[in-house]
Amino acid sequence: MDNHTSPHVDRSADQIDPGRRSALRCMAWAGTGLVWTVAGGVPFAAGLVGGGAQAAPAAGLTFVQISDSHVGFDKPANPDALATLREAVAGIRDLPTKPAFILHTGDISHLSRDEQFDAADQTLKDLGLPVFFVPGEHDVLDDGGGAAYLARYGKGPNGKALGAGWYSFDHGGVHFVALVNVVNLRGGGLGTLGEDQLAWLAGDLKSQVDSTPVVVFAHIPLWTIYPEWGWGTDDGARALSLLRRFGSVTVLNGHIHQILQKIEGNVAFHTARSTAFPQPAPGSAPSPGPVKLPAEKLRGALGVTTVTYRPKASPLAIVDATLG
Amino acid sequence: MKRFLVAMLLAALATVAKAETVEIRIDNFTFSPAEVHVAPGTTVVWVNADDIPHAVAANDKSFKSKVLDTEERYSRTVAGPGVIEYFCSLHPHMTGRIVVDGGTGGPAGR
Ligand SMILES: [Cu+2]
Repeated sequence: MDNHTSPHVDRSADQIDPGRRSALRCMAWAGTGLVWTVAGGVPFAAGLVGGGAQAAPAAGLTFVQISDSHVGFDKPANPDALATLREAVAGIRDLPTKPAFILHTGDISHLSRDEQFDAADQTLKDLGLPVFFVPGEHDVLDDGGGAAYLARYGKGPNGKALGAGWYSFDHGGVHFVALVNVVNLRGGGLGTLGEDQLAWLAGDLKSQVDSTPVVVFAHIPLWTIYPEWGWGTDDGARALSLLRRFGSVTVLNGHIHQILQKIEGNVAFHTARSTAFPQPAPGSAPSPGPVKLPAEKLRGALGVTTVTYRPKASPLAIVDATLG
Repeated sequence: MKRFLVAMLLAALATVAKAETVEIRIDNFTFSPAEVHVAPGTTVVWVNADDIPHAVAANDKSFKSKVLDTEERYSRTVAGPGVIEYFCSLHPHMTGRIVVDGGTGGPAGR
């Protein structure tokens, strides 16, 4: 288990789920018994953690994280990113436990175009579930610097989203916080939350008791993974310090198109696969550009993440499944 | 007549010299060359040769390109003298600089 914030390439690289049909990997969280499981390969059939049994309908709260759908991307790494998003949606529909909602951790579109957002929305609508969004940098690159995203998603789920689209909500005893770290970026820097958002976060968390499980989601990882590729958030540590007093914090990010995980104190970090194309392990390639896999291997590198929280007794379980 | 042609030719050459163009390629999440030295009046052209979109933004916010998809380009004529620091507004770890000086010409550094 990695207890350091160190971005060492080797350590990060060996945390990457190796792919299809790998064994379940569990990480016990000393103290409160949080266990994560990352299941490589077998689509949606991995047993949830804890019992080791096949997935029985879970009591408690189950939701799905979907990320980096890049609708509009049509380069060789995946000529049809909308098709693989559709497959991800079909997989979610077939889950043994119907999720309560979907979190989309950004890069919904590839170029912030209306038709790309429309296509993503139409596809996700098929689930008949609420979808909670945060923007990725690809969702705010219109001439208005995010105006298109805000026009569409800017009110948030409860009309209370602020600034570039941050908000919080409560569901099933869990406090969810949606953060935006892809706007007002500075040359030479990483992702940025900014003073306004950090002040809002401090105020938002004030009304929560320490025992409330908190799930924070944002596009760019809030922890420093590999700054040479911009994989981190400059002021992410300030957000994490505000979360330190909570007994259970889960941080869900996207952006890097692969699974990386770390547990530090009471905070469990997890990044999701993309539904569009994979990116290389930190430092393993000249650049973080799309990895071109043989067509038959692509779906094994794409996927969605299912998270289950069971009040009392049971651990929070995170299951990653590929598209094929 | 001959003298007139020579004058034309000289004028054309002067125009060419003034309208010098320097190309910066964006590939593998890198501006290449990352630093150029150019004369005042040079047109700097960024070409995105990557399979991911990028954008060019000055640190001092004096200019910002639209997003550049693969093979799209953005150009800017630089006045100067001075140093223009810029970055990719999508991937801010990508940085570059343009040194507008007497016109020692061409790419500097690598
Ligand atoms: Cu870029």
